[in-house]
Amino acid sequence: MSAPPLLEVENLRIDLLGDDRRHAAVEGVSFRIGRGETFGLVGESGCGKSITALSIMGLLRHPLAIGGGAIRLEGQEIQSLPPGQIRRLRGSRIAMIFQEPMTALNPLSPVGRQIAEMFVLHQGAGWSEAGDRAVEALRQVRVPSPERRVKDYPHQLSGGMRQRVMIAIALACGPDLLVADEPTTALDVTVQAEIVDLMRELCAANGTAILMISHDLGLVANICRRVAVMYAGRVVEEQAADAIFRQPQHPYTQGLVASLPLLGGRAAHGRRRLAEIAGTVPAISAYPAGCRFNPRCDRATDVCRVEDPAATPLGDGGLVRCHHHG
Amino acid sequence: MPLLILRRLGNTVPTIVAVVLVIFTLFSVIPGSFTSAGDDGRVLDAQVAERMRKELGLDDPLHVRFGSYVANLVQGDLGTSFRTREPVTKVIAQRLWPSLKLTIAAMGFAILVGVPLGFIAALRPGSLIDMASMVVAISGLSLPKFWLGLMLMYLFALTLGWLPSFGYGDGGLRHLILPAVALGVSPMALLARTTRAGVLDVLNADFVRTARSKGMSEYRVVRWHVVRNALVLVLTTIGLQFGSLMGQAVVVEKLFSWPGLGSLLVDSVFQRDIPTVQGSILVIVLFFLAINTLVDIAYVIIDPRIRYG
Amino acid sequence: MKLRANLLIGGALVTVAVVVGVLAPWIAHTDPVLDANLMNAEIPPGSEFLFGTDGQGRDIYSRIVYGAQISLTVGIISQIANSIIGVTLGLTAGYWGGWWDDFVGLVTNLMLAIPSLIFALAIMAILGPGLTSLLIALGLTNWSYSCRITRAQVLSLKSQGYVQAARILGYGDFRIMFTQLLPNMIGPIIVIATLGMGAAILAEASLSFLGLGIRPPFPSWGSMLSEARDQITTAPWLSVFPGLAIFLTVLGLNLLGDGLRDILDPQSRERRA
Repeated sequence: MSAPPLLEVENLRIDLLGDDRRHAAVEGVSFRIGRGETFGLVGESGCGKSITALSIMGLLRHPLAIGGGAIRLEGQEIQSLPPGQIRRLRGSRIAMIFQEPMTALNPLSPVGRQIAEMFVLHQGAGWSEAGDRAVEALRQVRVPSPERRVKDYPHQLSGGMRQRVMIAIALACGPDLLVADEPTTALDVTVQAEIVDLMRELCAANGTAILMISHDLGLVANICRRVAVMYAGRVVEEQAADAIFRQPQHPYTQGLVASLPLLGGRAAHGRRRLAEIAGTVPAISAYPAGCRFNPRCDRATDVCRVEDPAATPLGDGGLVRCHHHG
Repeated sequence: MPLLILRRLGNTVPTIVAVVLVIFTLFSVIPGSFTSAGDDGRVLDAQVAERMRKELGLDDPLHVRFGSYVANLVQGDLGTSFRTREPVTKVIAQRLWPSLKLTIAAMGFAILVGVPLGFIAALRPGSLIDMASMVVAISGLSLPKFWLGLMLMYLFALTLGWLPSFGYGDGGLRHLILPAVALGVSPMALLARTTRAGVLDVLNADFVRTARSKGMSEYRVVRWHVVRNALVLVLTTIGLQFGSLMGQAVVVEKLFSWPGLGSLLVDSVFQRDIPTVQGSILVIVLFFLAINTLVDIAYVIIDPRIRYG
Repeated sequence: MKLRANLLIGGALVTVAVVVGVLAPWIAHTDPVLDANLMNAEIPPGSEFLFGTDGQGRDIYSRIVYGAQISLTVGIISQIANSIIGVTLGLTAGYWGGWWDDFVGLVTNLMLAIPSLIFALAIMAILGPGLTSLLIALGLTNWSYSCRITRAQVLSLKSQGYVQAARILGYGDFRIMFTQLLPNMIGPIIVIATLGMGAAILAEASLSFLGLGIRPPFPSWGSMLSEARDQITTAPWLSVFPGLAIFLTVLGLNLLGDGLRDILDPQSRERRA
């Protein structure tokens, strides 16, 4: 019998509670992340990837709520834990980084204090000890002269520095899993790579698994071993990262791959126009019948408009959800 | 930081000058019914009118009169009361403490009741207690202060006999309670509403989600991350209300025969005591500006974005 | 749901006040000023006199019915005046900017610095009591909010395409201000005027209570309370009903203003004060 994976999401459903009815914003989402593994969740904004992340953290707020399925941390179901217990997991075993480091930090509190809170909350440290350790934590994320920086307020730091502070907070208590929701989207391109490298390096050193959430397939494929692609509340394809590049199975994934600017290889053939996927993600309340991608899909046939495709297993434990995959 | 505070102080100077100009203009340039006759039939006799004209210097050219008015003001001279023949500054000084006491007590009541009420309402939006506190708030904003005072007086003083019905007494707490509550209800209501709106705003902020993701109890989220941010929003309302409360106190002071600036102002209006009227208004306005400047400075201390900005 | 409750209760209270005021001559039992009858003095509320009678034997119900006319007149006319002043100043200051904007800003600050009740009281002291003086005092002293909000809205609308387009088409400044800008900010202005109406009614009552507004024997709710104060031990009902009338009318206007704000001015949460 093998040990259960670090995180297992099974058949997750997230409801958007309306005045008179509920809509499934996320439905039938399943994936597993092993210890120390890096896993990517990719999709356009509105596809449900961020609320999937929040549901793992137990941070869904009304009108969103888990409507079914299971989230297990080392085999233990956490979605049904009483609030006090899931709270103890947050920060200590599962931590999260958010997209916008300016608003994600309290503007009226020095950053050192915001890091130190972690040691006080989860390791019973006193404030002065926690303060010293906050300096160390800042040093680890390579913020220069951390002794002085701990006293700074968020608005005094650059975007990249703020995101380093967020990483320091998230990794302060050595969590097993780091959920990173678009951690570089709000940053300058030049800083993005630094932040990604820093995250990857620190997590590798601590054996922390990463659930990386992004709209950027290139970024995710770069640092993640496995990638799941979400569309309109469902996982439409999951494969190893290199396989998804070489042989994307779902038309949507193929569209994403085709829209990536490539250096070297194909770029050598001249300036190829980047392909676009026509249309937009449907609203939660207006998911189309059948396959949810059918209105935007050039391969759609009658069956796609009527029947929701089931998941077809792929060789390495991956899956694709399409009537005409390949 | 001292420079910033100095600049805030400097900002109020044009307003003060404009206020002085308005007060001067209102009562010195168009004193029509004031020196000739009240329309209530109390015709002033010629002697009194003549004395008033002289003391006001109504025969001098306008700019000379304004010049001497400002010159006197700068030296702290608000003129001489027509009625008591005492310096207006002295008359006002006697009334200042009772007025301050009433204002502070009313504001204390408003803060102690209104802020927690708004806080609790925001933490349980849509709940019964939320609904109830918002009903209290909107009612408090719609109540005429003097009527509320009258009803409180009837109930607690005249019927139950728990508290004195009016007057300053020995200056103790018992005389203070009813007028302070009557005056404090509308700022209390306003504070409850702004606090609720402010806390709801902060609770939706990203950094509160971060705080929750750290594994904090809801109590600590509120204590460590919501209170301070919400208070920054509430502070403006506290300042504006506190500053204008001395003006709003007029009716309450009159109702309870409270010997403050408000009753002095109203009595002086009826006695056509122009220098005292001008002086009381000026002090009430200066109090408002002083409190607002203090709030600005408090901002500088509380909010690091302004401190280093 | 709460939104509808605001509008519903507020609208109902205001409608009642307006209907009572308009129909006063028909629904009042007696003349509010002339029908004094010392034989009927200080009769408690009952079947003969719904709200009782005062020290001079006048029917309180009839006086309250007529009082609605005074309160509503003061509220409506003063708010129309305030809106016109505030909107005109706000539009021109925001649109033209420059020294005019600075000047309007200074005057607005000045108006905000002098508590409006004190300002109105000073004007009443000079003009003497009476309805006209009240309308002047309250119509001139409470426009700073509509001015500020109009100005802020102009600043945010000014750069938008259709305003630029109107300018390129050669529209005059005033035409742009009143036909292009104003219609887009009418919501917040109505909200402020509604809330201001409540404030004006309270101010009228306060001034009349102090003896500086409407003078007895005319049946302003405030002056009725002023008279009632001395008889509170012997005839408390004299104090209860006029106060209730003020409270319910102002409550109605405040609820209506809140409800309208939710509909007409959804992004105004930070201004909710």
